[in-house]
Amino acid sequence: MATAQSRSAARIMIAPAVFVLLVWMLIPLCMTLYFSFADYRPMRGIFDAWIGFDNYASFLSSGAFMKSLITTLWMVGSILLITITGGVLMALLLDQPMFGQGVVRILVIAPFFVMPTVSALVWKNMFFNVDNGLFSYGYKFFGLQPYDFLSQAPLLSIVVIVAWQWLPFATLILLTAVQSLDSEQLEAAEMDGAPALARFRFMILPHLSRAITVVVLIQTIFLLSIFAEIFVTTNGAFGTRTLTYLVYQRVLESQNIGLGSAGGIVAVILANIVAIFLMRIVGKNLD
Amino acid sequence: MARAITTQKKIMWTSLAWAFGLLMFFPIMWAFLTSFKTEATAIADPPVWFFFDWTLENYIDVQARSNYPKALMNSIIIAVGSTLLGILIAVPAAWAMAFVPGKRTKDVLLWMLSTKMLPAVGVLYPLVLLAKYFDIMDSRILLVVVLMLINLPIIVWMLYTYFREIPVDILEAARMDGANLKSEILYVLTPMAVPGIASTILLNIILAWNEAFWTILLTTVNAAPLTAFIASFSAPEGLFYAKLSAASMMAIAPILIMGWFSQKQLVRGLTFGAVK
Repeated sequence: MATAQSRSAARIMIAPAVFVLLVWMLIPLCMTLYFSFADYRPMRGIFDAWIGFDNYASFLSSGAFMKSLITTLWMVGSILLITITGGVLMALLLDQPMFGQGVVRILVIAPFFVMPTVSALVWKNMFFNVDNGLFSYGYKFFGLQPYDFLSQAPLLSIVVIVAWQWLPFATLILLTAVQSLDSEQLEAAEMDGAPALARFRFMILPHLSRAITVVVLIQTIFLLSIFAEIFVTTNGAFGTRTLTYLVYQRVLESQNIGLGSAGGIVAVILANIVAIFLMRIVGKNLD
Repeated sequence: MARAITTQKKIMWTSLAWAFGLLMFFPIMWAFLTSFKTEATAIADPPVWFFFDWTLENYIDVQARSNYPKALMNSIIIAVGSTLLGILIAVPAAWAMAFVPGKRTKDVLLWMLSTKMLPAVGVLYPLVLLAKYFDIMDSRILLVVVLMLINLPIIVWMLYTYFREIPVDILEAARMDGANLKSEILYVLTPMAVPGIASTILLNIILAWNEAFWTILLTTVNAAPLTAFIASFSAPEGLFYAKLSAASMMAIAPILIMGWFSQKQLVRGLTFGAVK
């Protein structure tokens, strides 16, 4: 149907969006790439435009990088585990017949809309705080020694905060997927005497597998760049320095731009590995 | 008999679901309650739940802080501004891709999406450098542009999925009835596109409002929105739980309400049509 005229009109309509995204992608990324090969420490007035792969070598071989990578994997991995398991269970629960389903759903979704700095600070002060946090009162109530979450188990604390924020997202998307399941088939299986666990294992889980994959990929991409939650709680101390946070510190705190940029490029490459899988799934769905 | 079992089951599911729902909501509820306490009551041991002298003092105190109204204003300008700018650029693009799809449409869409996957730290320093060079560090315009750019792929994508649902046949029918391109767009397509555009705007205001990487790192005083304002509470000065709670409530209340209205769009907007 499309005529040559409407095609060229379409191109003009798409052009601004493509142009701004292209500029956004290319210019800063090329600059980072350029700096990653330079010894650039503005605080000390050092600028040497080309030092080859030295930054990459020292970034990748530094203990801080390996540690941050492990921290990142632990953090992302445990948040994914909690949100996916919890999300599947919550979605199945919310799909049951009940009174006030709409209200329950609103209560469950709410944490996702709380800005990261608010949720982190509310958890940090009002729950985890060793003197005045609610958890400490709980410990004291049972006659136990209050536990200082953010210094004793900082990684776990951040995992709790972020998992609380993302569990609603997983729940909502998995609920959408659960609701698209053919309920007649499930009822037929139930009448034929298939136990609940078998129905879950052989009917519900396979149906959810795609939605689970999508949630895992999207969350991974967002979770790889967790920032504010670390910024306002531990500031990267006590083994909570993720790759994102390490790069931020190298670039803005210690102002070692070359090294930080090399780290930034490493982060881009790692994120891209995840992104490729996500794009494949999304792309398949487009046809 | 069968009915009795169903009701019993329903009550069981209801109580279980409500228990989990309230558990998830509890931190927000607790902050809400605390925001009406005095600072002394806020850290009372044992904790005080509902029976205390409710006071609005904290809200008044936070409002009176010189930087709160400014932060609120910045949040509104940045979230709304970046969303509208994004819509302005995205509507024509999504429109063209939905109604005049070419061979490359799919590639362009996927490429746009891939820009969203770029980790922010990968471009942190160049952005700081460019902002300083153009002397727009800590300005609203900088954040409007940056947040527009990071959300543009989602805006294009959401609009595209909405526009694609508009039946093209209706255009032909209009054409047969003698409608020209202008009236086609004005009277046939636009009314059908408005709900999709509205939901896209809603979801993107939420995303921009809560963005907490660029808003914290690219602002200091002048352009700092609520995310950065709240972050400044991370260094406690004495008793401050009640005030932190009041400030938090004011920062999240409008978005919480908008969020509840946009649950469905959230699934569409953040999964790029991969979950239906």
